[in-house]
Amino acid sequence: MPADAPPKADSSPAGPSVAVRVRGLTKHFGRGDQLVKALDGVDLDLYSGQMSLIVGPSGCGKTTLLSVIAGILDADEGEVAVFDEAITKMGDRAKTRFRARRIGFVFQQYNLLPALTAAENASIPLVIAGWKKGPAVAKASEVLASIGMAKKVGSLPSQLSGGQMQRVAIARALVHDPQLLVCDEPTAALDHETGLTVMELLRESAVRSDRAVVVVTHDNRVFHFGDRIAHMDDGRVDKVEDRAPDRSAA
Amino acid sequence: MSWIAIKMLVGDRAKFLGIVIGLTFAAALITQQGSIFCGLMLRTCALISDVTGADLWVMDPGVRFVDDVKPMLESNLDRVRGVNGVKWAVPLYKGNGRAKLTFDPGDIKAATYPPDVLRREREGPPRSPSPSNVFTKGLDLFAPASGDFSTPPPRWYDPAEVNVVESVILLGVDDSSMVGAPPGGPVIGPGERGRMWVGTLEDLRRPESIVIDRVGLRKLFPGCHLEEPFADPPESDEAYVARLRAFLRSAPEIEMNDRRAVIVGVCEATRSFQSSPVVYTLYSRAKRFMPMERKMLTFILAQTADDEGGKKLPPEIVAERIRRATGLGAWTSENFTYRTIKYYLIYTGIPINFGITVFLGFLVGTAIAGQTFYNFTIENIKQFGSLKAMGASNGRIVAMILLQAAVVGAIGYGIGVGLSTLFGFKTLDRWGNPTELAYFTPWQLLPITAAAIVFICVLASLVSVQRVVRLEPAVVFRS
Repeated sequence: MPADAPPKADSSPAGPSVAVRVRGLTKHFGRGDQLVKALDGVDLDLYSGQMSLIVGPSGCGKTTLLSVIAGILDADEGEVAVFDEAITKMGDRAKTRFRARRIGFVFQQYNLLPALTAAENASIPLVIAGWKKGPAVAKASEVLASIGMAKKVGSLPSQLSGGQMQRVAIARALVHDPQLLVCDEPTAALDHETGLTVMELLRESAVRSDRAVVVVTHDNRVFHFGDRIAHMDDGRVDKVEDRAPDRSAA
Repeated sequence: MSWIAIKMLVGDRAKFLGIVIGLTFAAALITQQGSIFCGLMLRTCALISDVTGADLWVMDPGVRFVDDVKPMLESNLDRVRGVNGVKWAVPLYKGNGRAKLTFDPGDIKAATYPPDVLRREREGPPRSPSPSNVFTKGLDLFAPASGDFSTPPPRWYDPAEVNVVESVILLGVDDSSMVGAPPGGPVIGPGERGRMWVGTLEDLRRPESIVIDRVGLRKLFPGCHLEEPFADPPESDEAYVARLRAFLRSAPEIEMNDRRAVIVGVCEATRSFQSSPVVYTLYSRAKRFMPMERKMLTFILAQTADDEGGKKLPPEIVAERIRRATGLGAWTSENFTYRTIKYYLIYTGIPINFGITVFLGFLVGTAIAGQTFYNFTIENIKQFGSLKAMGASNGRIVAMILLQAAVVGAIGYGIGVGLSTLFGFKTLDRWGNPTELAYFTPWQLLPITAAAIVFICVLASLVSVQRVVRLEPAVVFRS
């Protein structure tokens, strides 16, 4: 652990199991004079059955931390275990397979394929998992219907509003029933009201006892949705707040 | 994931069309220029392909191609006939004759033009004495101020221009067997098809008679209503043949070597590289139509005999025997064709000229298709990043890109080759004969074009693939 990092261990009480365990995570970008320490010895535990928020000012390392947790960015030092699987020790192939099976993604800019309909977009994780197009799209349509998008399954992204696109992205993230859902600024491209709706949707449809939801945001108007909030600054986790009733009681 | 790849590809129609157009352009240009090149090469061998019935061509050993005339002594004919395995051998004269045109256009016009057309021509305004087109006008801009650079008018409109001399390809076929002459049946109409439009080969036995090819006839007698069937109003083949017959009834004649030659028939001949009119006559007469020389025998056409078992001897073996026994050059028609084509490939700049055009087409196609395809991939980089983040392996992403390249390649190839073929068909006349533009698409050209398109697609996709493979999926979290 770096000397300048706060030695604060994440003292979580007994209860829900640890979904994501981060220890001594360090990540640098650039070289020489241009070297930037994006993560500086981060320790953090995130739990299943909760919506965890990683918050902080721009450039504090939130998205870098989320990327490493999601297995799409390699750390320089430290360990990350997701549901007891050490993702930082996996090879590229294993990590790719792990992401396909266990992780769902919600992106700030939705990242929907413009040529595919809502249902087709939502079916992509299933297709990656090897499903045929027909059953995959049918399953995706069901998920879309469950989040109030039944009438839009055949619409192209260009025919949808920002909120609707983010709903499709959430359906895409949930369609293959992942254990970990990572969301990067899901409300950043939305107006306040739509952002709240999306967060409510995430809480209602994504949070489950066997699933952890991690949301990176700097939008303090949605902080109240978080069960656990990790405050980051300058590449470190400064403070962790537990807001879940059961966790406060514990 | 293939359907996702296809939908991504066709989803951006402008880009998709751009890539397809680039590949179409490359495929069309390669096929079209290749076909014109092959067509030209075939024209160099027109005489060889037009001579039917003989297996072997015997010639002076120094002859390199079919138009390379090196006359031999007549005695060589008997030497060839004496070689074991030769069933028969006949002489063939080939030379570049000079036809002096002695016709009176007025007579021919009166014989061939419909009366109403003739009246309209006479009453109508005179045509420009100096025909021009956009190219000649452009050229005139650079011409010096003084001097007369006008193109000579067609002879029809200027009687003072008659009695000019035209170069012709003179072919003298064996007097008795007429081996070397075009197949004798009519081109159109019932019965066995031949290559005679008007008249028969037997007409060549008439004194001073010659048969001229249809296209050459039109060149020798411009403005004499000998054009191909009129499109407006549509003219039937029969009416066209009737026009040719009417022309022959006016007893047209030319002079060669100060001897009168009467046109008694019109035949179809494969267009030659020189595009000169082809004049058929008997061997003995052909020699009189040319200035006398000690050596006049140009080629010997031979047929191989059967072996003892009644099986035809292979022409290659008999050719080898002739070469050994006589010291002459002896080749099968096929070998002589290849020798001729090889000569043009080696000693003329034609392959280089066409090669440059084909290479340019290849380069431009590669640039357009490659650049557009690369742009397409780069613009979709975030989408590919999302797929990678969601667990799509590099192999699957590469497969998607290769599939996209294969699809645009197949479409571009299909359209390009289709357009080129359509172009080729449009260059044919109504009987399927090549016109001024030499155009022949051998099947070998199609896989060559396909290979070029595959190369372009692979090149374009490789550039894109390496970019996507190196892409960190974390790019998806950068807004």
